[in-house]
Amino acid sequence: MNFLQAIFTSLTSPLFYKLTILSALPLMFTAIGGVYSEITGVTNIALEGIMKLGGFSAVVFTFWTGNPWLGLMMGMVAGLLLALLHAYVSIEWSANQIVSATALVLIAEGLVSFLMKPIFGEEGQSKFVTKLPTVRIQWLKDIPFIGDIFGEITVFFYFAIFVVIISWFIIYKTPLGLRMRAVGENPKAADTLGVNVQKIRYFGVLMSGVLGAIGGAYLALGDIGQFQEQMPSGKGFIALAAMILGNWSPIGAMFAALLFGAAEALNIQLQSLLDIPTEMKSLLNLLPFVLTIIIVGGFVGKTKSPKADGVPYEKE
Amino acid sequence: MAIKNKKINWMPLLVPVISVLFALIIAGIIIVLIGKNPFMAYGKMLEGAFGSKTAWASNITKMTSLVLTGLAVGFGFRAGVFNIGAEGQMSVGAMFAVMVGINLGNVSPVIAIPLTMLAGMLGGAFWASIAGVLKARTGANEVITTIMLNWIAVYIGNYLVSGPLAVGQGTPKSPEVAMGAQLPALMTVQASSIPSSIITAVVVALIIYIVLEKTTTGYELKAVGFNPYAAEYGGISISKNIILTMAISGALAGLAGSVEVMSVHHRIFGSFAGGKGFDGITIALIGQNNPIGIIFSAFLISSLRSGSNAMQTVGIPDDIVTIIQGIIIFLVAADRIVKTWIRKLSFGKKEGEVK
Repeated sequence: MNFLQAIFTSLTSPLFYKLTILSALPLMFTAIGGVYSEITGVTNIALEGIMKLGGFSAVVFTFWTGNPWLGLMMGMVAGLLLALLHAYVSIEWSANQIVSATALVLIAEGLVSFLMKPIFGEEGQSKFVTKLPTVRIQWLKDIPFIGDIFGEITVFFYFAIFVVIISWFIIYKTPLGLRMRAVGENPKAADTLGVNVQKIRYFGVLMSGVLGAIGGAYLALGDIGQFQEQMPSGKGFIALAAMILGNWSPIGAMFAALLFGAAEALNIQLQSLLDIPTEMKSLLNLLPFVLTIIIVGGFVGKTKSPKADGVPYEKE
Repeated sequence: MAIKNKKINWMPLLVPVISVLFALIIAGIIIVLIGKNPFMAYGKMLEGAFGSKTAWASNITKMTSLVLTGLAVGFGFRAGVFNIGAEGQMSVGAMFAVMVGINLGNVSPVIAIPLTMLAGMLGGAFWASIAGVLKARTGANEVITTIMLNWIAVYIGNYLVSGPLAVGQGTPKSPEVAMGAQLPALMTVQASSIPSSIITAVVVALIIYIVLEKTTTGYELKAVGFNPYAAEYGGISISKNIILTMAISGALAGLAGSVEVMSVHHRIFGSFAGGKGFDGITIALIGQNNPIGIIFSAFLISSLRSGSNAMQTVGIPDDIVTIIQGIIIFLVAADRIVKTWIRKLSFGKKEGEVK
């Protein structure tokens, strides 16, 4: 099959759209997590590490208890703890946020690889564990095309819808959201008006930890029911690109995540449809990464980051 | 106050030292948690790094490319650029070095060696410049772009050794570079040897030191790193310096790739850098981005790496080194915490926190 035929075949199959959504899910949670952190003025490039530790912990506790829901909860706790370290040094000690986050990515990577063998007895991947369920809606499933996409889909899909809506509501419709945005734009003015800058920033960073961990947990508990050591293979950073492209808004992040999801879905589809040598096929894996560079390079000037993003705030 | 000022002079040295010690203690606790003896573990580590002549040789071999990746990251930091992509630049440097090196046939080493080194530097500089140009032109965050470029380099490397450059059976690999492009050993100790490239690495560190401390270019780069707005006000072009910094930083990482090819493997196996580019971040931060400091911190990290291989023989995964590095970087990022500890230790409780 040639290139154009392959693209046409993918775009007309429901599988492509399902793959787009599934590939977008981890990015969506994590990018929205990034939104929470950055609109309060703390950058968080540790999301890659948070996804990794979150996904790993989710699988470990599912493995130990047999209950993936409990696993998901513990994954979220692990993400929260890693984010807490970042919050503590960024907020209390004016640490260099980029360097601190890089350190946390390394710590998460080291810790996860270090614990694989003692816990699962082997390196590389974990034992298979119970996945979180899929939700099947019969009347939806009976609709042609759409039914193939949404009729039976992971419960994470519904979490994602919930997270997008509730985050939009929190950030734009509540006093808390107004304070978050104020702290990220002009912490000094917010402080003068009696907003507790530190508390708000803690909230933002900790939310990014919880959501990043859900993103990581989806990869393991929603998709394959196993943790693999190379997870999330750059998705934490791609999520940051989605956050930028989405102009630091939850709805924007959702659409941006879907775009990256489409690139990933196209990559998967083309690899199975095209008649080219294997080594050429694996080269298609570049697609999401190249797209990220183009987006980060092409849109940064056109989107508007919070003014105090990455700037420590110190009371005089 | 006078005493305080005197103490501050020691801080650049004390912060990394305390951070390293603290990281080793935490890692020791983690080793206890998986039911192993940390003293035995660290004993093994020392043995693996310094216990024999062979250990020293492999330690110094590892140190060579680490000095260069440390310089790459440190040079970027000095000019205000966080080049987290030394990993990818090193791989691309190695790819370029191999592509030139395998075509050199019977060319004399006098020409082949500099040519192959230059190819690696060009490869690394090219790869880093993509991020540099994007940052200068559109303000794209170099952390995200260089990480994406790392991944792209991995896939391109795997493609090269399983496609156009593939040779032989088994592990995908490229052909060996020409004899003339292989660096001779400085001295041979039993089965292993100390590569002459260690001299290259140290000389490059000295050159970078001179460039940063004694030249106008170095002054401008540091000015941009210290305060870009003031520098621009003073007539220094920020975007020119960002691109230049990335190119030099990438060239250093690329050189790490070429010496690794020319003196250790003589070929590439797909994704190539194996974490050495990421180690460069720790090395630069421990060395406080000072080229001379980087030589010593590269030796520290190469010792940890060599030692961790020995630790694996008593059942401790070598990933412990990644954890140790993460903790060190974390503490260097939060250096105010460490400074407060140091002050509390040396002055009792009176001095209080330094914010």
